Amino acid sequence: MEQVLAIVSGAMLAASFYLLMRRSLLRFVIGLILLSNGVNLLIFTMGRLTRAEPPVIPKGQKVIEGAYANPLPQALILTAIVISFGLLAFTLVLVYRHFASGQSIEADDIQASEPREPLDVDDSARRLPA
Amino acid sequence: MNTLLVLPIMVPAITGMCALLARKARGLQRVISVVGATALFATGVVVAYTVQTSGIQAVQMGDWPAPYGITLVVDPLSAGLLAITGFVALAITIYALVGIDEMREKYGFHSLFHLLLMGICGAFITGDLFNLYVWYEVLLIASFALLVLGNEKEQLDGAVKYVGINLVASASFLTAIGLLYGLTGTLNMADLAGSMGAVREQGLEPVVAMLFLVGFGIKAALFPLYYWLPASYHTPPAPIAAVFAGLLTKVGVYSLLRIFPLLFPEPSGYTQGVLLVVAGGTMLLGVFGALVQRHVLRLLAFLVISAMGYVVMGLGFFTTLGLAGAIFYVFQDVPVKTSLFLIGGLMERETGTPEVGRMGGLYEYRPLLATAFIVPAFSLAGFPPFPGFWGKLTLIQAGVAQEQWTIVAVALVVGLLTLLVVAQVWGRAFQQSPALEDQEQFGAGDSWRVRSMLQGPVAVLALALFVLGCYAEPLFAFAHDAAVHLKDSGPYIQAVLGG
Repeated sequence: MEQVLAIVSGAMLAASFYLLMRRSLLRFVIGLILLSNGVNLLIFTMGRLTRAEPPVIPKGQKVIEGAYANPLPQALILTAIVISFGLLAFTLVLVYRHFASGQSIEADDIQASEPREPLDVDDSARRLPA
Repeated sequence: MNTLLVLPIMVPAITGMCALLARKARGLQRVISVVGATALFATGVVVAYTVQTSGIQAVQMGDWPAPYGITLVVDPLSAGLLAITGFVALAITIYALVGIDEMREKYGFHSLFHLLLMGICGAFITGDLFNLYVWYEVLLIASFALLVLGNEKEQLDGAVKYVGINLVASASFLTAIGLLYGLTGTLNMADLAGSMGAVREQGLEPVVAMLFLVGFGIKAALFPLYYWLPASYHTPPAPIAAVFAGLLTKVGVYSLLRIFPLLFPEPSGYTQGVLLVVAGGTMLLGVFGALVQRHVLRLLAFLVISAMGYVVMGLGFFTTLGLAGAIFYVFQDVPVKTSLFLIGGLMERETGTPEVGRMGGLYEYRPLLATAFIVPAFSLAGFPPFPGFWGKLTLIQAGVAQEQWTIVAVALVVGLLTLLVVAQVWGRAFQQSPALEDQEQFGAGDSWRVRSMLQGPVAVLALALFVLGCYAEPLFAFAHDAAVHLKDSGPYIQAVLGG
């Protein structure tokens, strides 16, 4: 089972890297979604998989006896899912606003903050005399 | 329970929430913001004093014993950064009272600013790796919102790049955490330090180290992962850019300084080589970028990148002297970058143009601003008696002791080029005579009150840096102490686990 999940996680990460390198912002965002889920799956798998042994203390006992599933990775993933959900919601709105402000969602055209201006090399007239 | 250590998180959290509640009352919001920043500064100073007098402080959240619960721990490195964060936060808050327009205040600038500070302080004091990730996300989401506050086209454009790359960085960091947890079964940093043997046995140490380097390197804007920084830092108003430049990249560098000596105390030659190459590339390309920039804040953004290279160089030596130099450099670089960005904003405001070449006459008309510019600018270039000189001197001494001649040569050349950049800005913006239409700008200037609120924080920062440069011994001793604690993590581990 662990091997299968490892391969699934790897495939998701590979797909996300491919999408992250595409030139469309929308594909980039989908890549981010896959990336965060792939990483979550990786954490889950790294926490070892134990099937059908819930970490619940039976009534009247103080500790669990025998094997039980590790609850910590699930807590970690839950936190990570909530965080990535919030961040992705923000990212989607940001990309939409960017698109709505009349700009393209093609990565090559995102230039407003870094305008391509020719270097004004010949400003010796305004330079200080040495 | 030691409540003092919770304060650096609680103070900005409460301030941020109160500012949010008072969002309709602009005056009240501003009062809350200034009071909160002052309280944070006071907290930082008290924490630093406590650590200085009685050693590393640690507190277990909810009284869960160390490897199981979340630990907050303050060693000299964290304490120094907390105090400096409080200092520059107060300066930025006062500047922002005038430097941020009413619309942005209405949409929650003050609360976002303090929530950002909460994330930064949390990242500085946590002793748990996953908790560090959570604080990173807190400061990221606050910084995203601050970056797009105002909703201008350029801001959205810069934010797309900033947000995208930072989410990838978080994923890399999270992957490293997942690998470490799977191999060692713990996320407490002090506990991890003792369990790294399992990672080493599997031969995964370089993998984990590189994942951390990518994750933190993107946040610290290291070569070759820095392209987002000059694309975004110049788009928001100067106070927001100043807090980003002064503190955000430092959190990335702090994490490198925290993680690498603790978890990889004897790095492979591979890790060390990568760190030094990254350091050299960051220094060189940062300053090359600054040489050709004409927009004042973009030029400064490239200088932010360049300075990060020096810190990573000190880390790459893995010696106490190198770490001491790196820590001292970080300590002085926070106020340097903050004040440079605040001054950049003022230069733009006074001359009405962001183009360095079109400014002029600032020395004649704004002598105080010109004086305040000289101190951080020449500190950045590594000129004595400013504090940057002592940082660079120590780093280069550490490099010579390690006989790493290439990186030492790069550091010296970059210092010279930085001086060239700074001198160019000085010549163009401050000394050349202004064009005629610009001269009228100066006359129409702001009222005395507005001017003192803008120039006061800048002047105080410059004065602090000047005093620090002339009398660097106490801070250097503090930085050296911090480096000793990083190099020999015994007391840190004992404070966390053996309490």
